Amino acid sequence: MAKRVGIEVSLAISEAVKLAKVDAVAAYPITPQTHIVEHLSELVAEGELDAAFIPVESEHSAMSVCAGTSAAGARTYTATSSQGLALMNEILFIIPALRLPVVMTIANRALSGPISIWNDHSDIMSVRDTGWIAIFAENGQEAFDLTLQSFKIAEDHRVLLPISVNIDGFTLSHVIEPHEFLDQSEVDKFLPEYKPAVQLNPDDPVSMGTVGVPEIYAEAKKCQDEVLKGSIEVIKEVFAEFAEMFGREYKVVETYRAEGAETLLMTMGSVSETAMEAIDRMQEAGRKVGLIRLRLWRPFPADDLRAEMGSVKTLAVLDRAVSFGGAGGPVAGEVRSALYNVEDSPYIASFIAGLGGRDITVDDFIEMVDQAEAMAKANEIHEYKMIGVRE
Amino acid sequence: MTKKFNEKAWHEYDLGFMVSRPGCSAEYRTGDWRSQQPQTNKDKCIKCGVCYLVCPEGAIVLAADGTYDFDLEHCKGCGICATECWTGCISMVEEGE
Repeated sequence: MAKRVGIEVSLAISEAVKLAKVDAVAAYPITPQTHIVEHLSELVAEGELDAAFIPVESEHSAMSVCAGTSAAGARTYTATSSQGLALMNEILFIIPALRLPVVMTIANRALSGPISIWNDHSDIMSVRDTGWIAIFAENGQEAFDLTLQSFKIAEDHRVLLPISVNIDGFTLSHVIEPHEFLDQSEVDKFLPEYKPAVQLNPDDPVSMGTVGVPEIYAEAKKCQDEVLKGSIEVIKEVFAEFAEMFGREYKVVETYRAEGAETLLMTMGSVSETAMEAIDRMQEAGRKVGLIRLRLWRPFPADDLRAEMGSVKTLAVLDRAVSFGGAGGPVAGEVRSALYNVEDSPYIASFIAGLGGRDITVDDFIEMVDQAEAMAKANEIHEYKMIGVRE
Repeated sequence: MTKKFNEKAWHEYDLGFMVSRPGCSAEYRTGDWRSQQPQTNKDKCIKCGVCYLVCPEGAIVLAADGTYDFDLEHCKGCGICATECWTGCISMVEEGE
């Protein structure tokens, strides 16, 4: 029987990484990710985790080391936030192109400037097109479970792509929650040892990261996109296997009280739990409102999203990042593209809220639903509306 | 017959587009990048091998008589051999002349 432990979410993630028996960790501390790597370095120093902990002088170096250890066949983990993720940017593109299954936690934090250490999704949105699988956790238990599942997904030979597990900075990283931990023997059954398809080995040499001349570059990019899109099937398989073994079920698109809803609120990350409260209150008042949450951001689960649109007339999409000069928030843009050519597709309202650590309250969610329904009724054209901003 | 590197479909390449056969870059003919090609006056060649040592492409090969020949499928025509040759026996000639 799994034991229930009250522990800070960052430490629970470190424990999951330990249970995954990683071989190498290379990371640079940055708020609010710090506790994750601090605890991992303690676990390695105390001999509880037999891994190479490689301290580096920057996040660019952290991700470069991860490329090296993963290419050498080591199960590799790192974590970062915000400016750290931005500094990794160049190497982020290279990891999936080389098909290296690195797992990274991103404790989501706003990008400067002005300098902000608080939570929003501008960091992960800025690396949307780097080719990583991107998964969102809504609470500590999910962060723990998804960290373990990420290694299995990433290392599947049909995938061999890196994964970022996104947790909201502070809102998740620094809170103490009850977690159901898994025993090492259970984890070992679920997550076997990493078997690289190819690795750097002097006895059987290969060259990784060579030049792609114009005659092959397009084929390389097509291959990368097909593999990333195809990974959704493996993600679903791993979610199903995890559910069967441990009883907690994950889906790429999740819903809450959405049956028969005419208006859906769409969220990603920890605010989903506040949104559930808003849905409960609106349903008590007799409104046909439900919640849809994206667990998987990349590959974008367009088919699964379309399957949930049955009777929905209005969709209110929350973004926690600004796509400057663009047509609404980044999530809303994807959702509009996915539904544009669908017959009877819902009216899509884009809302931006919760920037740089600003709270999103239950009333804010109710206001989004109110505004979306009014805009849909009047068929108003808006790129996006910002909630809770002083005008 | 195996397909050339520029004839394969996107799913036919090695994982991560890595190079899994050492030395296979020799199959990529870089000689057609050249606008000038080296020629040797073998009467003046003292068989010192400086050209062989300085060629950045490894496109200079030892001939049976101890002098050196050029692998024109890979020589890019940079002219380093002509500049460094001790006796000045290598000269660069425009392609097509």
